[in-house]
Amino acid sequence: MTVPSASPSSAAPTSSPPGSPVKSGAPARRAHRRPARRGRRLRGWFAATWFLVPALLVFALFVLFPIGIALYTSFFRWGGFGWPEDFVGLDNFRALFADPVFRGDLWRGLVLVVLSVGVQLPIALGTAVLLNQRMRGRAVYRAIFFAPYILSEVIAGVLFGMIFLPGSGLADALIEDVPLVGGLAGTWFSDPGTALPTLFAVMTWKYFGFHMMIYLAGLQGVPKEVLEAAAIDGAGPWERFRHVTLPLLAPTIRISVFLSVIGAIQLFDLVWVTTGGGPTHSTETMAVTMFQFGFQRYQMGYAGAISVAMFAISLVFSLLYQRFALRRDLQGAMTSGGGR
Amino acid sequence: MSAAARRLRGLSRHALVWILGSFIVVPLLYAVLSGFKSTGDLTGDPFGLPSPWQVSNYTGILGSGDFWRQVGNSVAIAAATALITVAVSALAAFAFARYAFRGREVFFTLFAVGLMFPPAVAVLPLFVLLRTLGLLDNPLGVVLPQAAFALPMTIIILRGFFRTIPADLEEAAVIDGCGRFAFFWRILLPMARPAIGTVSVLAIVTSWNNFFLPLLVFTDPKWHTIPVGIQQFQGQYSTNYALVFAYIVLAMIPALAFYAVAERQLIGGLTAGATKG
Repeated sequence: MTVPSASPSSAAPTSSPPGSPVKSGAPARRAHRRPARRGRRLRGWFAATWFLVPALLVFALFVLFPIGIALYTSFFRWGGFGWPEDFVGLDNFRALFADPVFRGDLWRGLVLVVLSVGVQLPIALGTAVLLNQRMRGRAVYRAIFFAPYILSEVIAGVLFGMIFLPGSGLADALIEDVPLVGGLAGTWFSDPGTALPTLFAVMTWKYFGFHMMIYLAGLQGVPKEVLEAAAIDGAGPWERFRHVTLPLLAPTIRISVFLSVIGAIQLFDLVWVTTGGGPTHSTETMAVTMFQFGFQRYQMGYAGAISVAMFAISLVFSLLYQRFALRRDLQGAMTSGGGR
Repeated sequence: MSAAARRLRGLSRHALVWILGSFIVVPLLYAVLSGFKSTGDLTGDPFGLPSPWQVSNYTGILGSGDFWRQVGNSVAIAAATALITVAVSALAAFAFARYAFRGREVFFTLFAVGLMFPPAVAVLPLFVLLRTLGLLDNPLGVVLPQAAFALPMTIIILRGFFRTIPADLEEAAVIDGCGRFAFFWRILLPMARPAIGTVSVLAIVTSWNNFFLPLLVFTDPKWHTIPVGIQQFQGQYSTNYALVFAYIVLAMIPALAFYAVAERQLIGGLTAGATKG
């Protein structure tokens, strides 16, 4: 994570002595006004600690510590009660990677990631570009597209569970008599071949508005003058989008891709409410498998191994992505966030 | 471009938005109308308007204590989560934004890295931990972890905002005899009201929609929040579709009402972390 050094506005009231690893932007004039620098720095550290203690405590106890326990328990055969004692080394992980369901989870996760990035985000971008133009009712349209994001996954899941009910749902009624797609009637969530695409359709309904909103905010940062200049130079709408808007929007797109991938990796609620992972594992994700082993079969050690695998996948992805894609963007996003 | 052509383009643009929008709106509208039907009508004629309009599905739910208790639980848990998140984050963000201390970057990186970890990863050991601490079937068992997972984003947004407040202001306050905490409490926080509003709204929405954690922590129905309540209700009345539709429509209303009121704050918060500049 790139964390920028102190800027003048962030300089602490107590400037640190030369040679301190903490860079201070405090101007020199402050130094002669405050000769007792060493004592002040210590007091500053002390005061800062007290401001940090509650956050560190809560964060360590409920975020860092559980991740640590997950790692520890993944080396045990453990039913979840008492203290884990039956040490099995890497057995859980070996079993995990030999399990066709878990391998299927990885495959389905990859499919969802590719679909999200390849289908959902372009739709979001297209809608954002459309709604960035001047048109009547623009604010209302934006609000409508964003509304599903406000609704909980459970509401979306239950709603579409009933819409896609074979035989009596709205979806069947809509397409029954339509040529070509009529054959889809009665399948949706109940057929292993169509369940994952159906799930993805619900994901798109739920989340594309969120990405659209992010893109709309990013589009605010594309200067009108540059687009006008390009138009004067004879660039058509597509060329302006391709060569002006898209490059300027790149940092926003990279963040949106990141959030989309992490979201797809940890997908749980929507699946749990609509299909529970079925039929025959066709919509099962890593989080669903973990839940089943942990809370329904009481194989906490094995479930811990799934947690660790999810964690490792997220971590490796985050690090690689940050290294190769986000490096420059994060600095801006992290420092200037919330400024408006 | 001639006026007619421009009009045509405008029209086609609207048509495009309407087609896209119908995919969003039709399912919602379908739910609202279905709630007014009997389940027999619903499966017989999914498109038609309800005839007769049956209000009993909605009134029955509104008359039951369960629904209101779930709303109350969701409100209380969301409010407590937002309060703790913002209080704890504001203190930390203050330290990160305005103090130079050894290890500042390390600690900040620790929180920032937390942004990248899906809560699903920690939920299983979290459950074991909460059981050990005796926090199962206790609202704190949901509130505290929710606050913990909301910390990274909140700290980052607030730190950014606190940095924009000039250091001279603090010097002036200190010269006038203001202590550090007094400066934080009496001057900085009131100035940061817009940012505080944004992060509060974010925390409330996330808490309101959370399903995984309340599902695990609350086995006693008296603590169920709206999302858990919906799932239970659906399980209980799985064949009475019209009634389930009515339930989710009623459950949507508080969220959409809150969105209508807090829209600016929410979108400001979502886009703040995601755009450069």
